[in-house]
Amino acid sequence: MKPYFSWFAGGIVLAVMFVAAVALVKPIGVSTQFVIADAIVWDAVDDSVITTSKESKSGYTSSNAYLAKSGGKYAKNAENPINYSFIFVLSMIAGAFVSSRLKGGDRPIGADKFAPKVWRDRFGESPVKRYIAAFIAGFLVLYGARFAGGCTSGHMMSGLMQTSLSGFLFTIGAFATAVPTAILLFNKKSKGDA
Amino acid sequence: MTTTIVLSIVLGFAFGFVLNRIGATNPENIINMLRLKDMHLFKSILFGVGLSIVLLFAGLEFGLIDAGHLSVKAASIGVLIGGAILGVGFAFGFCPGTSVAAAGTGRKDAWFFIVGGLVGAFAYMMTYGAVKATGLLDAVYGGKVTFAETSSKFASLIPDVPGLLVAFIIGAVLMIIAWKMPMKIGK
Repeated sequence: MKPYFSWFAGGIVLAVMFVAAVALVKPIGVSTQFVIADAIVWDAVDDSVITTSKESKSGYTSSNAYLAKSGGKYAKNAENPINYSFIFVLSMIAGAFVSSRLKGGDRPIGADKFAPKVWRDRFGESPVKRYIAAFIAGFLVLYGARFAGGCTSGHMMSGLMQTSLSGFLFTIGAFATAVPTAILLFNKKSKGDA
Repeated sequence: MTTTIVLSIVLGFAFGFVLNRIGATNPENIINMLRLKDMHLFKSILFGVGLSIVLLFAGLEFGLIDAGHLSVKAASIGVLIGGAILGVGFAFGFCPGTSVAAAGTGRKDAWFFIVGGLVGAFAYMMTYGAVKATGLLDAVYGGKVTFAETSSKFASLIPDVPGLLVAFIIGAVLMIIAWKMPMKIGK
């Protein structure tokens, strides 16, 4: 791995980031915002999806049970996209972009823009193959994250930071499949295509 | 703009910046971590988690951090299963946070991951009722619980020992494991 930050400096920066977020506002989480983005689009296509409701705690409800749960908080956030969690995730794109263009950042060049080297060595130079795999991976990751109620940020980092039981359960479940899958996928020599 | 929105812009920007600086936006590093070839990123994550536990609970103890800001997620069998489903996709090199940041750095595969993720999240919205009906999302061990006592807001699994002590022990153990872990496991 390229020497961006040493593992030690990286750990300190991560810790400060997660603690600063909870000190100032609340724990970091990302995967919920995929639901919010979906709901924004869905409600734009069919505005009967999210409606106001006097009975609901947030003032909003939805014809979709998932958006309506927990007092309609997802419905409310989708109806008001200028909210903390959604803007936070959009702003991450800008932060990563700026870092990648500064000295010491990770900026993909050439074929790395469509697939990392470890992928190309194993599965060849076809971008389409990588895009299809990335799409399927994204599907599994977000379906799993919503099933679990959080992702690497919300459960693993923010959850473990609070020593929550759910954070430990998530971390065990995720690594239990991620490590064998990665070994099965990538620890073979490619057969002539690289 | 309200203060909250300013904070969301600043903190989100910082988080994307940090993910790039530690190499997490590069799927090569995630894949090599998961196949145990390069533990650089894992050591950062583990050390970061350990240190964040110590900083958070010290902050709570000394009144620097408002316990009202905490948000503990409920424990259920679904968390374990969902984590396991996520893990299979994670092996391809992205998680939700790093995919968003990686897309910002110009990785096209990250955009495909995000679109797949939007479809996956939508699929969950559509199947939520059926998933809930299985009972897998029902809280276990009290649901929103922590090992170290945080505040009256959430129950602790170890209520008889001061939260700060439990937190320091867990945090120290994680930091020591991170410190001792080799950069590469196996051959």
